[in-house]
Amino acid sequence: MKMLLSGNEAVARGAWEAGVEIATAYPGTPSTEILETIAMLVKEDIYAEWSPNEKVAFEVAIGGSMAGARSLVCMKHVGLNVAADPFMTYAYTGVKGGFVVVSADDPSMHSSQNEQDNRFYAKFAIIPMVEPSDSQETKDMLIQAYEISEKFDTPVLYRLVTRISHSKGVVNMGDREEHTPEGFERDIPKYVMVPGHARLRRKVVLDRLEKLKEFAEETPLNRWEKGSKEIGIITSGISYVYAKEVMPDASYLKLGFSYPLPEKKIREFAESVDRLFIIEELEPFLEEQIKAMGIQCEGKEHFTNYGELSPGEVMNGFVHAGILSEGVEKTYQTEKLFPRPPVLCPGCPHRGIFSALKKMKVPVTGDIGCYTLAALKPMEVMDSCICMGASIGNAVGMAKAGTEKKGVVAAIGDSTFLHSGITGVLDAVYNKANVVVLILDNRITAMTGGQHHPGTGVTLMGEETFQVDFVELCKTLGVKDIHTVDAYDLDASKKVLKSALEYDGPSVVITSRPCALMPNKIKETAYTVLLDECNGCKLCFRIGCPAIYASEEKTEKGHNKAIIDPETCTGCTICAQVCPKDCIVRVDSPAVEGART
Amino acid sequence: MKDAVNILIVGVGGQGVLLASEVLSETAMKHGQDVKKSEVHGMSQRGGVVSSHVRIAETVYSPLIQEGTVDYLMAFEISEGLRALDWLKSGGILISSMTRMVPPITTIGDFEYPKDPAGKIREVLPGAKILDADKIASDLGNIRLVNTILLGVLSKSMDIPEETWLEVIKKRVPKKFIDANLEAFKKGREYSFEPVAVGE
Ligand SMILES: Cc1ncc(C[n+]2csc(CCOP(=O)(O)OP(=O)(O)O)c2C)c(N)n1
Ligand code: SF4
Ligand code: SF4
Ligand code: SF4
Repeated sequence: MKMLLSGNEAVARGAWEAGVEIATAYPGTPSTEILETIAMLVKEDIYAEWSPNEKVAFEVAIGGSMAGARSLVCMKHVGLNVAADPFMTYAYTGVKGGFVVVSADDPSMHSSQNEQDNRFYAKFAIIPMVEPSDSQETKDMLIQAYEISEKFDTPVLYRLVTRISHSKGVVNMGDREEHTPEGFERDIPKYVMVPGHARLRRKVVLDRLEKLKEFAEETPLNRWEKGSKEIGIITSGISYVYAKEVMPDASYLKLGFSYPLPEKKIREFAESVDRLFIIEELEPFLEEQIKAMGIQCEGKEHFTNYGELSPGEVMNGFVHAGILSEGVEKTYQTEKLFPRPPVLCPGCPHRGIFSALKKMKVPVTGDIGCYTLAALKPMEVMDSCICMGASIGNAVGMAKAGTEKKGVVAAIGDSTFLHSGITGVLDAVYNKANVVVLILDNRITAMTGGQHHPGTGVTLMGEETFQVDFVELCKTLGVKDIHTVDAYDLDASKKVLKSALEYDGPSVVITSRPCALMPNKIKETAYTVLLDECNGCKLCFRIGCPAIYASEEKTEKGHNKAIIDPETCTGCTICAQVCPKDCIVRVDSPAVEGART
Repeated sequence: MKDAVNILIVGVGGQGVLLASEVLSETAMKHGQDVKKSEVHGMSQRGGVVSSHVRIAETVYSPLIQEGTVDYLMAFEISEGLRALDWLKSGGILISSMTRMVPPITTIGDFEYPKDPAGKIREVLPGAKILDADKIASDLGNIRLVNTILLGVLSKSMDIPEETWLEVIKKRVPKKFIDANLEAFKKGREYSFEPVAVGE
């Protein structure tokens, strides 16, 4: 059977065919759909969970492997930073059931805060890395990764990038091969990493590396494609398909098994061609190692390390190298148009509370989620965003500097709070910091497309479960000043924020409105503008609701009046609350009758 | 790059760009071709630009199209069609809806939405296939059919039997919208564009 699968769907299918029993993840673009697909299609065969964060996800998968189950853990590139602690030491203990960690990197930062190249993690932890180039390979090579994991007693880093995860291609399906777990067997020197045992395992790791190097020489994952003698290309992952497109006739050494490198094969390949090019996205990971072998090659001087590659970028590189005479000449030019940045949805609960927060005129340390959009125009009410969970620690540090007399607010989403915000609150309480922690509880992980988390009361498998109570949780952590507020009520929000900022010590403010889009689309009676009364003050534009437009109609002073699209307006009332003329009203209110809207 | 048919679909989050590229890709696969397609999810859902690359050939390597080599540019929003025009190759075909989606950023006066994007496109590409798909869709009773109407227009230029398209549409759209979508596809397929004198 043939199907059109994305790279993420191919991982899910590959896991199923490989007989995986345990799959865990915390959502993160571009990796999210892997676990969603498993939970949707094969939950009878594979236990799948959203863990609260990547570290826990990694540890759960380790437990599965210790019991002998083939286990899978998936995350976006920065997720591996969070899971780095178990990752680095699990590389020592090795596995029982095959263990694969999927890292989906995001060159060009389509939806990420950095573009770190996680291939270095394989070298760092001294474990093998496999890099597929399209959906078919993504499915097939995952199965091989499990074999490698079990054969060499090691976790395997399975590295994808956005253009693998989110590209679709035709895939030939296979069947599931069961790998029934044998159960846990006590092996204290292997699994208990006290220094005495770890020193022994470190030796095992170094010996394993030598065996893996031999394997790299033989495995068909590393493929020599004989082509022209003039140009040889060493490449891996997505870069391979771009290169094939631009240089179909060159010789290739395609590295599907890209750490550790097959040194002999690389040498032989290098000797067989006149000019050797290394084509890889981001950092010169292969190039530096190949140069360290004393082999002459060209790479980053032609092919950018900034952002993702593409056929165009690879072509430009070969033009720069003097191999091609020119790139593709564009026929049409386009002038620069307005940007179309992402915006908060109509009715988004973050809009109200951030409008209130703006009035407080205090620094707002921020976090990652839909609400990060409040940092951009037109709201511009968030002052930092480093990584998940950073807002609270940042606020504590800023408060301790003693410069911000009016207070500091840390704004953090519910999923992010449960991911890595709880310890921040502990710090604020323990060290008596005068900060306000604003938990934006929209009851979903919205940014990544609406995943459940421990605060929603539902698991990835669709089962009902315990739902964390944020008020009780914060009480237990020792917070004395706790408020809840309706994020759609501007006056109440301002009052609560003011009171929390005045309180001496850590405060928590929790908002209560759900996301307007997920899991249910919210649609109440729409609002409309009474055109004859609108004075064009633009205050309603400044809340950045995409349902509010500038009308062609102007006031005497030449300001555009406002209009509201009744289709997309959800009736959240925020615009009506900011309008100084009270001329934004429900479409069914008596004021609308006979009035121009 | 040789021989592949490159299709770029652009629009705004929520317009059904991804569904259209799914239908197109699956139709091509059913027709026995190799297909790759690529798009970026994530931030694009929040009213941002969405674009999807589809490449069809006997063997396709790259899921990304090279700029300046697009055979068919399909735009669900007219200024997005204008924005993506430089992807089109010489002799490439632009199919666009007249749909205008004015982003909030233009209402606070920092940027302007172009007055006549269709006119600007026609200045350089007189043969552009621009149609009022919003009107056709709302006549059919559902404004969200714009994507399927444009697929209908595209299908006319592609060498794949109509049956294959219809089969895939039936499979991919929600049950209660099947009839409306088939109708929309036909309307697009049968749409006749005013012939334009080249060089005018
Ligand atoms: C370590 C890490 N894991 C995952 C992500 C991807 N990610 C960004 S924000 C976010 C969660 C957003 O949910 P929430 O905090 O509830 O805010 P919302 O989007 O619902 O407003 C996720 C999973 C990331 N940036 N970093
Ligand atoms: S998806 Fe939900 S949380 Fe995100 S912007 Fe839209 S309404 Fe707000
Ligand atoms: S009530 Fe106002 S702010 Fe809320 S969705 Fe409608 S137009 Fe937007
Ligand atoms: S806030 Fe009120 S008066 Fe001001 S532009 Fe909007 S509708 Fe008009």
